[in-house]
This record gives sequence, structure tokens and C-alpha cells, in this order.
Amino acid sequence: MAAAGTCGTGTRSTGSMVAAASTNNVTSFQRRGPRASGADSGCSRLVSIAGTRPSVRNGQLLVSTGLPALDQLLGGGLAVGTVLLIEEDKYNIYSPLLFKYFLAEGIVSGHALLVASAKEDPADILQKLPAPLIDDSYKKECDEDVCSHKMEPDIKMKIAWRYQLLPKMEAGPVSSSRFGHYYDISKRIPQELIETSKWHGFFLPEKISSAFNVESCSLTPGYMKLLQFIQNIIYKEGFDGSNPQKKQKNILRIGIQNLGSPLWGDDICCTENCDTSHSLTKFLYILRGLLRTSLSACIITMPTHLIQNKAVIARVTNLSDTVVGLESFIGSEKETNPLYKDYHGLIHIRQIPRLNNLIYDISDVKDLAFKLKKKLFTIERLHLPPDLSDTVSRSSKQDLAESTKLLGPGCGMTAGGKKHLDF
Amino acid sequence: MFPELNNLLNTTPEGAEQGKLTLLCDAKTDGSFLVHHFLSFYLKANCKVCFVALVQSFSHYNMVGQKLGVSLTTARERGQLVVLEGLKSAVDIFFRPQEEPHPLQFLREANAGDLQPLYAFVRDALEPVDCGEAAWRCPVLLVDDLSVLLSLGVGPVAVLDFVHYCRATVCREWKGNVVALVHDSGDAEDEESDVLLNGLSHQSHLILRAEGLATGFCKDVHGQVRGALAHWELLASSVRPTAPGQCRARAAEDPVEKTTAAHHPPGSKPHVPVQDTGQECILFRQRNVSCCSVT
Repeated sequence: MAAAGTCGTGTRSTGSMVAAASTNNVTSFQRRGPRASGADSGCSRLVSIAGTRPSVRNGQLLVSTGLPALDQLLGGGLAVGTVLLIEEDKYNIYSPLLFKYFLAEGIVSGHALLVASAKEDPADILQKLPAPLIDDSYKKECDEDVCSHKMEPDIKMKIAWRYQLLPKMEAGPVSSSRFGHYYDISKRIPQELIETSKWHGFFLPEKISSAFNVESCSLTPGYMKLLQFIQNIIYKEGFDGSNPQKKQKNILRIGIQNLGSPLWGDDICCTENCDTSHSLTKFLYILRGLLRTSLSACIITMPTHLIQNKAVIARVTNLSDTVVGLESFIGSEKETNPLYKDYHGLIHIRQIPRLNNLIYDISDVKDLAFKLKKKLFTIERLHLPPDLSDTVSRSSKQDLAESTKLLGPGCGMTAGGKKHLDF
Repeated sequence: MFPELNNLLNTTPEGAEQGKLTLLCDAKTDGSFLVHHFLSFYLKANCKVCFVALVQSFSHYNMVGQKLGVSLTTARERGQLVVLEGLKSAVDIFFRPQEEPHPLQFLREANAGDLQPLYAFVRDALEPVDCGEAAWRCPVLLVDDLSVLLSLGVGPVAVLDFVHYCRATVCREWKGNVVALVHDSGDAEDEESDVLLNGLSHQSHLILRAEGLATGFCKDVHGQVRGALAHWELLASSVRPTAPGQCRARAAEDPVEKTTAAHHPPGSKPHVPVQDTGQECILFRQRNVSCCSVT
């Protein structure tokens, strides 16, 4: 099974920058913050791979999702060897963006890519990736957009200094960041970047028609082929430690589009009780086993709203590591609700993995919304608008709170039941 | 091992009971901390442990174990711990077919039949040997978690059969313990999971339920443990249980909560009725089920 894609040599110019940054450390007594740890000389063994950094909390190697705001929500990034599951929004408008960000970040960092789809040719997907914003070009391009209200970090606040410590959920560029880049979705990625990258494509219609000898196994043929393809790449390219890589170690980024949709030959989206209902969960389990023993990270988008049997969704969630749900307002009542007028949808962080630890990195904020700007996909904290009218009484405030609760879990996350308070 | 949880359950590694099936159950939260607790508990109690780890990799359990003060690698080298690593063996079974049957052989089969190979693995791992100078106290089987087996296509009845066999062998014949985690699917309408959970609840001697708070997400309190009713807060290397109404996230005095906490569920016969933890009356419910005899 040869790789369909063109295989060139990856450029790893960004890797040397991380190593160079470590010389700037004057003293060894520094707080192991997210930024300091990247340049920490003690972690030089882990930082040797471009576009990665060790986690502050559990020492796990992290890669960026391509969306620094999302990285922050997931505890610094996506741990190598884990699966990120994106629950697609209803009309599948915003989830492909996250998918493309993840792949584009891989190309910019010089990682190897494996793109699997049943719908689009992987070569076409790569052509449509967003263009990275390199720091100097970024400054002049979006001065008017984001930078206007982004504080300069060097300026010390004299009063209200506590606000300086507030984490910035806002997408704003960190000039020296080699972990996580910003992208301009209105432009395509430059051709030369794609040509120099190392990628493998898995396009289901091609693979199925070429050889159709199905082994008697409980997996549907599409999943079976994909697993064998991934395993083959991991083994051949030496992403598992067993076949040591001669050259510098690299990360394999796997992207699987619309997994579970009928195009994959799975009928969990069509009927509630089907014979192949274990196919998807089994696939995920074996995929996770493959990832845990190799230097790879995987993003999967899945149309969970199409899956008929709710039990399957719960099981899929349990078998994934990180689960992020997108809920767009298009076509729903929320589109016209004044609460949400600034946003395009809600983003739900459903699950964050516990790795080498009892607890996981949890962010304080649960109500998050996303907005698609002209060039940028941003994730922001959802705020209730201030109640400015003088005549508003206490009862009508409660009414407003009730209505937001009915509308969805975005605002009512901390108040699921109004009478039952545990503490 | 969390001493606070031991206090609530009125047990110590030295005086651990034998011949019991403990069911760990989590609903809307992650109950894996209970697995880590019992793993370190029984390793400290000098028991021979067979750990069927289907959810995470061995290194994860080892790292957490180190934080709780036990080393899984040395326990494995000493022969005290036998680990079946589900994720790793799934890849082996799937891509490198072997001749001898693997404990998780059903992964390759189109119609997952029974868990007989897995039971054989447990039996071989825990069978008491006379010759050894290192005499372990009692055999313990720990499974994390049984719900994964359902996702891999094993029927709930087959899982119940497996637990029943293990109970008959480990609990009754060898006077050991079985601890297993299951997810409560809650309102996900997972029929298979419900069958499994109800069947296991019927068999088990002690049920520990980890639940998310009904009021939703809270930063300081991660959920409550029923069985021993207490709120808990997960710390990096320990669990801090707080009696309901006593945690620091509390906003105001709420006397209603105290009465509900000490309320006996109808029909239950509390074995160790009420313990005083100094803060609050905490109810500990123990199921009084005699271990059935199986031939």
C-alpha cells in the first residue's frame, strides 16, 4: 500500500529557533510557565521536535491544534498520542475550519501529515488550507482588527494591576511563538509549503475499489483499510520507536474527516439498531492503541448529530481523549436571540483527558462562543450583556435568566437545576 | 491510596476485608480516581493483583501510582502485579496475528463470543502457588473498566458471566477481592450498559458511586461519592472529601442538605450504620449479599 501523496523532505527551520531561545535564560530560577518551559534547557530532549512543547502539568509532549485559543482551553495543546474529537456543527460549516487549522499547523511546523477522507480528495483538502501569518506580515495586516485592544505585555499597570494577570482568551499574536501559529482563512496556503511537506493521503473510494478482499472481521471495510494504512505509515516511517528514525524525530499528524458518516460505509447514521454499531467504537479503540505507542496526534471530525443511537455517542466520547463540540446558531432560535448576536456559535469542551495525573487541566470558563471573522476564527468567553435599564425589577431579571437557561447550556452551565444547590 | 477514603470506608490496608466484590460506578464524571485508589490500596496491602487495564496505557497508571506512593514497575518485577494492557494488546492482536489465543482474542472475531480467554488469563495470573517465599496476602482482580468491553462488541451477558466466574474463583475459592469500574450511561439510553450495571449492582457487596454534581460544573468540588456520601475535590496526588455543605465553595448556610445526607434509603440494611467523621454524619451503605456458590 504505497502512499498516494507526494513525498518530499520537510523543512524544519522552525526547530532551531526554539533551541536558540534557551540561551536567553539568565537565571535558572524561573517559574515553569507555559512560555518559559518551551525554552527550558532541562526539557531540551523533548523540545528537539519542531512545533512541540512539553506540558507544564504532566510532562507530556504537546502539539498545537493550530488555534492558540483552543490550545489554551485544552491545557496547553493536544498531547502526542491522543485523539481530538470534534463534534461537527449541524451544517458542517465551522468544523472543517478546525480540521484545516490542525493540518496547516502541521505543514508550518514541518510535521508529517496523514489525511483521510471519504468525501474529498486529500490533495484538494491540502490546497484549501489557510495561509499562515508570519509575524512581520501579521503586524501590518491586522492592526485594525485584533491588535487594537490587545495590551502590550511590557507595560506595567499602575492601578488595577490585577487585570494584568487575567488570561487572554482572545486570539492575539505572540511574536516569538513557535508553538501555534495564526492563519488567514481568506488566503490559501502557499504552494511551495505544500510541496515541501511530507504527506500521505487516504481517499476511501480509491482504496476500496482497488482491492476488495474483505477479511472476516467485525470492522467495516473502510475502517479496516484506514487502520491498516495508518499502521503501515507509522511502521514504515518509524513513528513508533521500534523502527528507529535515522534522521530527526518527527510528529505524524493524522486527520480523519467525517468519520462515521454514511460515506465511510457505516450505517450508524441511518438506523438505530444496526449490526455494525460496534465498528466505530472498535476502530477508535484500536486507533488509540496505535497512537499511544507512536509519535502521532489525531484529529477526527464526526457528525455526532447524525448518529441515531445516543448510546453510541456516549461510548465514542468515552473512547476519545479530548472532545470538543461545535454548535452553530444557523437555523436555530439562537440566531435571532440578542444574547448571541455577536457570535456564530457555541463551543463546548466536553472532555479533557487525564494523562499521568489524577486531575486534568481545567479552565475556569465553561461558556465559550466562537466567531468567524473575515480572516480569523476566534473563541471568546460568552458574556451576558449588562442590564442597563433603570426600571428593570428583580423578577424580570430572573425571567431573563430563565430564558437563557431554556435556550441552552451556554449560560446555564453552572446552574443546571435551579432548586438543587449542593453547597 | 487516599487515607480519607479509607476513613470513610472504615478500612485499612492491613485489615482489608476478603471475599468481596466492589463495584465502582461513575455517572457524569470520571471515576478513575477510585481505580487508582484501589490499585495502590491493594498493592500496599501486599496482595497479589491482576489489573486488567483497558482504558489507559501502563505508563499513565504508573505515573499516577508514583504520586500515590506505589511503584507499579517494581511491583510487576516482583511478581506482585500482573497487568493486561488493553490498548497495546489491541494493536498486537489486530496487526500481528499470533498462534496462541490472546486474552482479548474477541477483538478479531466478527461476533464477539465470550470472555473465556480473559477469564483463563485472570485465573492463571492469580492462582495461588505454594512454593513461593513471597507469600501474597490474597489475590485481587481489578478491572478498568467493564464498559469498554461493551464498546468492543461483547454482550452484557458475556461480561456478567465473566464477572460471575471471577467472583466464584477469586472471591469464594481463593478468598480474594474483585474490584470493577463501570460507567453509568445515565440518560444516554444505553440498554446494554443498563443491563450490565443492574446485574453487577445485584451481585456486588459494596457499591461506590462517583457522581457529578446535579448543579453542574464546580471548580472546587468535582463531584460526590455515594456509598460513602461525601463531596470530593481532586488534588494532584490526593482526594479531599468534604461532607456536603462543608466545602469551601459554599456560599451560605444550607441546613436542608444535612438532613438529606443522613437519610437512610428505604429498605437498606446498613452494616456499618453511621460513622462520625468529625464534620458530618456520613452514611455508608453496604449491601449484605452472601457470595453464591457456583459449580
